Amino acid sequence: MTDVKRNRINLTEKDYEGAPSTMCRGCGHDAISASVMRAFFESSIDPRKVIKLSGIGCSSKTPAYFLGQSFGFNAVHGRMSAVATGANLANHKLLPIGISGDGDTAAIGLGNFCHMMRRNVNITYIVENNGVYGLTKGQFSATADIGSVMKGGKVNDIPAIDLAELAITLGATYVARSFSGDRKQLAPLIQGALAHRGSAILDVISPCVTFNNHEGSTKSLKYVKGHLDPIHDVDFIPPYENIEADYEEGTDHEVRLHDGSRIVLHKLSKDYDPTDKGQAITAVHAAVAEGKFLTGLIYYNPNRIDFATELDLCDTPLAELGQEDLQPTAEQLDEINASFMK
Amino acid sequence: METPSINDLNICVATENGSGSASSNNILFKAIFKMGIPCSSKNMFPSNIQGLPTWYQIRASAEGYLSRKDVIDVMVMFNDATAAKDIYRVRDGGLILFDDSAPLPAHLKREGVQYIGVPANKLVAKLVPASPLRAKQRNMIYVGALAYLFGIDMDVIKAVLQDTFGNKPAVIESNLACIDAGYQYLKEKGATQNIARLQVIPNGNKGKIITDGNTACALGAIFGGASVISWYPITPSSSLAEALEHYLPRLRKKRDGKRAYAIVQAEDEIAAAGMVVGAGWAGARAMTSTSGPGLSLMNEMIGLAYYAEIPGVFFIVQRGGPSTGLPTRTQQADISLMYGASHGDTRHIILLPHDMNSCFDLARRSFDLADRFQTPVFVALDLDLGMNLWSSEPLKLQKEPFDWGKRLNAQQLEEWVKAGKKFRRYFDQDGDGIPYRTVPGNPHPMAPYFTRGSGHDADARYSEDEHDYKYILDRLRRKFETARKYVPKPIIEKEKGVRTGVICYGSSYEPVREARDRLKARGLKTNHLLLRALPLTSEVPEFLAEHDVVYLVEQNRDAQMAAIIKDEYPGLGAKIISVLVYNGLPVTAGELVRQILEARESAAA
Ligand SMILES: Cc1ncc(C[n+]2csc(CCOP(=O)(O)OP(=O)(O)O)c2C)c(N)n1
Ligand code: SF4
Repeated sequence: MTDVKRNRINLTEKDYEGAPSTMCRGCGHDAISASVMRAFFESSIDPRKVIKLSGIGCSSKTPAYFLGQSFGFNAVHGRMSAVATGANLANHKLLPIGISGDGDTAAIGLGNFCHMMRRNVNITYIVENNGVYGLTKGQFSATADIGSVMKGGKVNDIPAIDLAELAITLGATYVARSFSGDRKQLAPLIQGALAHRGSAILDVISPCVTFNNHEGSTKSLKYVKGHLDPIHDVDFIPPYENIEADYEEGTDHEVRLHDGSRIVLHKLSKDYDPTDKGQAITAVHAAVAEGKFLTGLIYYNPNRIDFATELDLCDTPLAELGQEDLQPTAEQLDEINASFMK
Repeated sequence: METPSINDLNICVATENGSGSASSNNILFKAIFKMGIPCSSKNMFPSNIQGLPTWYQIRASAEGYLSRKDVIDVMVMFNDATAAKDIYRVRDGGLILFDDSAPLPAHLKREGVQYIGVPANKLVAKLVPASPLRAKQRNMIYVGALAYLFGIDMDVIKAVLQDTFGNKPAVIESNLACIDAGYQYLKEKGATQNIARLQVIPNGNKGKIITDGNTACALGAIFGGASVISWYPITPSSSLAEALEHYLPRLRKKRDGKRAYAIVQAEDEIAAAGMVVGAGWAGARAMTSTSGPGLSLMNEMIGLAYYAEIPGVFFIVQRGGPSTGLPTRTQQADISLMYGASHGDTRHIILLPHDMNSCFDLARRSFDLADRFQTPVFVALDLDLGMNLWSSEPLKLQKEPFDWGKRLNAQQLEEWVKAGKKFRRYFDQDGDGIPYRTVPGNPHPMAPYFTRGSGHDADARYSEDEHDYKYILDRLRRKFETARKYVPKPIIEKEKGVRTGVICYGSSYEPVREARDRLKARGLKTNHLLLRALPLTSEVPEFLAEHDVVYLVEQNRDAQMAAIIKDEYPGLGAKIISVLVYNGLPVTAGELVRQILEARESAAA
């Protein structure tokens, strides 16, 4: 098998696989896993340096189905943000990828999610957004669009939470929206997120073929495909590739990431500068008003430092410090005792 | 007229909170301490920032008893709102010190006590220009008045002010002026009392320190290697995390010129516990501190950590509950909640410090136990222990190597491979219920595994198989049995032939010590067992077996510890008579003596 493609660290695509999936056939979540594997492979990331985290839900099960050589943690419903924050503080040298659902993130976990972004914890956080609770069999989630219909006919009359808008507002520094079926766009967006240091939020529309794929659902495969509104085509150029991207001066956009990699955004319909927060929020609003899914790299902030840097953590991961590093001396305790005698 | 006792005095200061009395009370307490007299203080404060009644008791005890005394000798009546009740809280023959800037209203007069007035408002008005400071400085007047009445030398006061405000000469001066004014006023008036004299005991408190349990625990955590700390503010546990914030930058060595710890004020207790679990999973020594309501919120995470076998330390400073309850009063009513925290079958290790040194020591050791057993470990305090100032022997560091438990690095895994062994995350390799673990970042190909709260088999694979599930639950139980051999043993004091026992834990220790002396003086000798941890160790059933009756003192209504002991040793449980104090105030020896004697009488009847 000499013709198997290998990446820069000599791994094959197979090396990025996990256990066999237990998702329903055709579930959008599996397609996202495929893009995740592609992104890691293409970026030549060592799986041993990756930690996979998730909450609870169909989506949250998927970290078991990719990167079988990485440590994984399927925690509790809605709290992955907090668990990932702790793991990141314990070892900020590891690359965290978090997978969550719209129930997990936008309902039970909303508070913790907001504060993770506020802190700009370094993570690639993918919300596999299907507008329903898959694992508990089809209840509406907080991202279900107003007017969309549940499988049994119930109509949702409460407005949806737009996770991309929320992420931009709350301090996430890399915000993208994409569609599970668009690997061409999604994989480079994930590569970009992995290269970014800070909270990278990817809101990925991921149809639930079992509970939310009917007429009247705004997250069915058919509906989503008919309403996608990509802002740009996305190319990810890793730091080691010196190639000059052929992009059109003035209309295309190049985003430079901390590690020297670049994302080139090829203009489709409109000029779009993802570093302009105001424009980003306006664009998301306009798309929602038209019933469209704006996809692409919506927002990027190169200027904020991530949480571990903010906390001035030492280079050695805290988890690797020994007693000599952690325990003060008996003399120091004597000094404390002396101060308590006053 | 009574003859004044020497160095035996219980002063209660009644003020409004937010009025600056914390500072004056502190000076008074430290002055008595500096004189070498054994003393303790209890702060009974409201859950509010300004304007509600607060009481501060200072006890000087020639015999060295440090618990709250229930008989008040002197009432400093500086809060009009509670004065009508306060006058009856002081014992017959006691003393009331009041502000006589205005005449005392008739309803505040009581027979059988001595009144001494000091015109605090008037004096302070002369000394301090009208400002918010004036109200605070007014409290310094009673410090001076008491100093004169009971014989605290002004030089001692000066030394305390120097210790406290060393770098702020202006503050020292203004406080001193007010204290001196109170002192001189009563001196010129020739006021006297016959209750007590405070006398210097040369070298009396030499080498002793004053601190609180939250601070001692925070220091213990630092010496125990805590490196990821996440917490959410709640009384009475906040000062533990705040002490960490204060001491970590001073004590923890820098690495690479940067911090070797992370401390995060979380958005809620769920997140705080989540960060502990994430950090513990990733291999750091992680901790949080909270009180009852926060513990309730942490329950789901604690269950995850128990079942997925992730270390983490949870400091629980108990207060009056349920719900908001009495957030600034003390209780030991979260024992059952901790012991069985979370849903499903769970059992947790709980460490029970009872004084400053055990706060420090058990806090330090909790991290070893968490790593050894790969499980949440609780350190249970209560407000009395955590927030009141205690005099103590200096904190002592037991120099022991950290116990990281069965944590395999890449090299060790490689040796396993060579020996033909397989790493199985949840397998009972050694028969003690404790599996081996690896942590993320370990580059060995055998190291990674998938952690989940869902059913899993001995190899960490998802499983709903009934045998796999039961295997893990049974092994967790075995692990808990092993813990009995590792947790700190009780401290037992016994005499041959004595058939009455007392068991207590936590802040009840000091009042129990005093109560036992008093019972002895009345002809009832007792043996004592101080519980220091759950799970129970073999000393507990042995102690029960050796006695006819055992009084179990705890600070909750439902006899939570007694229930745990009775559940484990049903045959011996009948010997337990619970002595329960749950009014939110620190336990007094008087209350214990009363309850124990009553129980004896009713048993005899
Ligand atoms: C505390 C708690 N409450 C409720 C549940 C039940 N539960 C499991 S998954 C889920 C919803 C998952 O929905 P989502 O995050 O959208 O993921 P999906 O299954 O759609 O991928 C719920 C409510 C739980 N596991 N924990
Ligand atoms: S129920 Fe829906 S979300 Fe869950 S696996 Fe099936 S298709 Fe996917």
